[in-house]
Amino acid sequence: MEKEKETYVLKMDNIAKEYYGNRVLKGVNLHIRPGEIHALMGENGAGKSTLMNILFGMPVIHTTGGYEGTIEVNGNAVNIDTPLKAMELGIGMVHQEFMLIPGFSVTENIKVGREKSVPNLASRVFGPSMESLDFKAMRKDARKALKTIGLQIEEYVKVAGLPVGYMQFIEIARELDKTGIQILVFDEPTAVLTESEAERLLEAMRVISSQGIAIIFITHRLDEVMAVADSMTILRDGEFVARKEIKDTNVVEIAELMIGRKMEKLVDDAGEDSRSIDESQIAVSLRDYKVNMPGEQVKGIDLDIRKGEIFGIGGLAGQGKLGIPNGIMGLYKAQGQVKINGEVLNLTKLGDALDHKVAFVSEDRRGVGLLLDESIEQNIIFSAMQTNGKFLKKIGWMRLYDGAAGKSHAEEMVKTLDIRCTGIKQPAGALSGGNQQKVCLARALTLEPDILFVSEPTRGIDIGAKKLVLEYLAKLNREQGMTVIIVSSELMELRSVADRIGIISDGKLACILKPDDSDADFGLAMSGAWKGGRKDA
Amino acid sequence: MRNPLKPLVEKFGLPRVIIVSFFLFLIAAAGMFHMNLMQLLSDCLRRWGMYGILALAMVPAVQCGIGLNFGISMGIVGGLLGGLIVIQFRVAEMPSLVAVHPLFAMWVAVLLAIVIGVVLATGIGYLYGLLLNRVKGSEMTVTTYVGFSIIAFMNMMWMLLPFTDGELIWPNAGKGLRNTISLAASFSNVMNKTLAFTVAGVTVPTGLLLFFFLMCFLVWLFMRSKTGMAMGAAGANPMFATAAGINVNKMRIIGTVLSTVLAAVGILVYAQGFGFIQLYNGPMMMGFTSVAAVLIGGASPKKARITHVLIGTFLFQGIMALGLPVANQFIPESNLSEVARLIISNGIIIYALSQVKGGSGRE
Repeated sequence: MEKEKETYVLKMDNIAKEYYGNRVLKGVNLHIRPGEIHALMGENGAGKSTLMNILFGMPVIHTTGGYEGTIEVNGNAVNIDTPLKAMELGIGMVHQEFMLIPGFSVTENIKVGREKSVPNLASRVFGPSMESLDFKAMRKDARKALKTIGLQIEEYVKVAGLPVGYMQFIEIARELDKTGIQILVFDEPTAVLTESEAERLLEAMRVISSQGIAIIFITHRLDEVMAVADSMTILRDGEFVARKEIKDTNVVEIAELMIGRKMEKLVDDAGEDSRSIDESQIAVSLRDYKVNMPGEQVKGIDLDIRKGEIFGIGGLAGQGKLGIPNGIMGLYKAQGQVKINGEVLNLTKLGDALDHKVAFVSEDRRGVGLLLDESIEQNIIFSAMQTNGKFLKKIGWMRLYDGAAGKSHAEEMVKTLDIRCTGIKQPAGALSGGNQQKVCLARALTLEPDILFVSEPTRGIDIGAKKLVLEYLAKLNREQGMTVIIVSSELMELRSVADRIGIISDGKLACILKPDDSDADFGLAMSGAWKGGRKDA
Repeated sequence: MRNPLKPLVEKFGLPRVIIVSFFLFLIAAAGMFHMNLMQLLSDCLRRWGMYGILALAMVPAVQCGIGLNFGISMGIVGGLLGGLIVIQFRVAEMPSLVAVHPLFAMWVAVLLAIVIGVVLATGIGYLYGLLLNRVKGSEMTVTTYVGFSIIAFMNMMWMLLPFTDGELIWPNAGKGLRNTISLAASFSNVMNKTLAFTVAGVTVPTGLLLFFFLMCFLVWLFMRSKTGMAMGAAGANPMFATAAGINVNKMRIIGTVLSTVLAAVGILVYAQGFGFIQLYNGPMMMGFTSVAAVLIGGASPKKARITHVLIGTFLFQGIMALGLPVANQFIPESNLSEVARLIISNGIIIYALSQVKGGSGRE
């Protein structure tokens, strides 16, 4: 360190933010030195995106009551209230979803909004908006920016049809081309890239930082952090955990810091465990299983889930864990072999999983899980009626809905699951998140499944309901021997109910852990350190 | 200060409040002009039954997820063909049938026309459904233009089809079918006259209303069947339906076929009440009036119930029935009523479409 007193290009101190009374950031600090690569790490929901939204003065922050804390750029306190202000201060962002115009050439995409122009006759009459574009100068700028990051591409080709990796580089080139850029934010830039593309991106990041531009690198991948970052900040549940220099730390420590010691049991395990799980009895068997679910790609998984166990499937968002049940249920295209209790499932036949007594509670409650305008009763009985032909009565040649049977069943379910409602005729959309989840669960249970997939069972529901849902799942498993597979981003809940936990990373099974394995193991598995199988770290 | 009426208006829907007030205003105005209220009311009932089934055709379309079916003319041409075939073979004048009772012969004719229409509409509706499955997300635009196109196509066909009966083709051995074909010799008013009675000056077309209610009941029954409920779910939330193992595309085809078939039945019921079959551009705007009627009844492009059909058709046709005579009292020899019809039907459609929330983004 040349200077004793460190200078920071960006200092965010005690940043706090509330969304509708829900505190998502609780006094977070972020300090960035000029020209360093600073990794910002944390699980999903740790507050990384919110922090970046604050840095960019996004409208979503200011329409929900602003933030607390101070931001200094180059030692001067600033108030960033619009994205334009952030741009003027030299803060740029490389988005995860590319913000490029496909029909425009590379040059045009880089220079859009900041075109160079020369006056002509029309502009003298009608004003500067009529000036002609100086393509020559613009090409030169584009070329220079592309050269900086080492992308070999003709600046006049159209963006449409370029490989994903190239688009990412064009996006970076656009940010670099902005004069006076000081801080560049990369939001999970490698998530969509192939390994070799990612390699090149990291190389480009080093080049950029060597030119004095600081980089904030948001990622889940520990190996990348170790490879390029100089320092890092770790967030957890909206709290500031630590700021570390990379050279002073190691992978295991980082993983531990990310997961954190928060092992208070979510479930009171009162009922004794009298199950005997037979290793040879396989309920669900996956071989080279692939699912094409946008944003949650499954890229070849081999997995055996034993009969009668609670199996947890964990991993970070976007890694493919949600694709597993969605593919089995036929909601997205799936390939490979899936066996349910030894019988091969026909993945192309809609509803085949249901016929094999597999039920599914979707993570997308409002989108997939419920008919929001229909009554609770309708929502509960629907699947069982369609699949098993229950709640129907025959009149002549017609099979009509048996209102009485449906009503009594729905009322019973409302009672068992303690669904808080004004009555079974209330529309499901009017219920709270937790009660909606119970309705989804009730529908799945009405199918009387052998195997129950529950996806993100506690997303968006309060802590009390969370506990109830998890305990009920455990009870189903203990008392009825139902095989329960819980897919969740919340490690804590998996670790409190599941017997075994498979961690999915980059569409593949990283490893299968026990709930009481160390935090470091979980952290490493989730951060892609064990891509495609466990290696001893 | 808060307006205590506001929540009430919101619940009932502003357009419905306006339409109901307008309806009441028309009745009051008719009373003031000393017009024959009873006769006007009879007219309301007659039009209710005549247009009801066409509006009912919207229910399966909306429930299965294709939205408001502006293209019911697809089914209408099927129904028209059925009617023409029955006239061509002079079914209503067959001596063996007339011998039983003239009204019986007419019923046989109209029911036969309906059966032929239903068969044709089933085929047309199936193809139409296949088309609509390829244009998910912009069904309403597509139905509008498909509806117009089939009219244009049939304009050519009406000239070419090999009908020979003198009632059908242009007089003096002309070529092609007439614009307006009288049903006086076949099944004109057969439903309206059946069991009709007059109470205090109000004529109740019992047969017509019974047939209308029967159709409503059948659709209601269907919506409570296993397939009907699956169809409703497919329309309300395709992802939900898929998760329950339902083939959404198949359900959409079923809904489209049903809607088309109801349109075929609807146009024949309309024609018998009107006394004429209108070809060429006659049925062009039928889709719009039917859509407007269910929307006035409280339906939306996402949800339509039988009650919406019953209420909506009555209000809409009530205004039509009262509008012309009352408007003529205000400004004699004007076509104000036609103007009012256009304003109301198109205005209500615009209002309803502006209320549609953006797509769910999935599927």
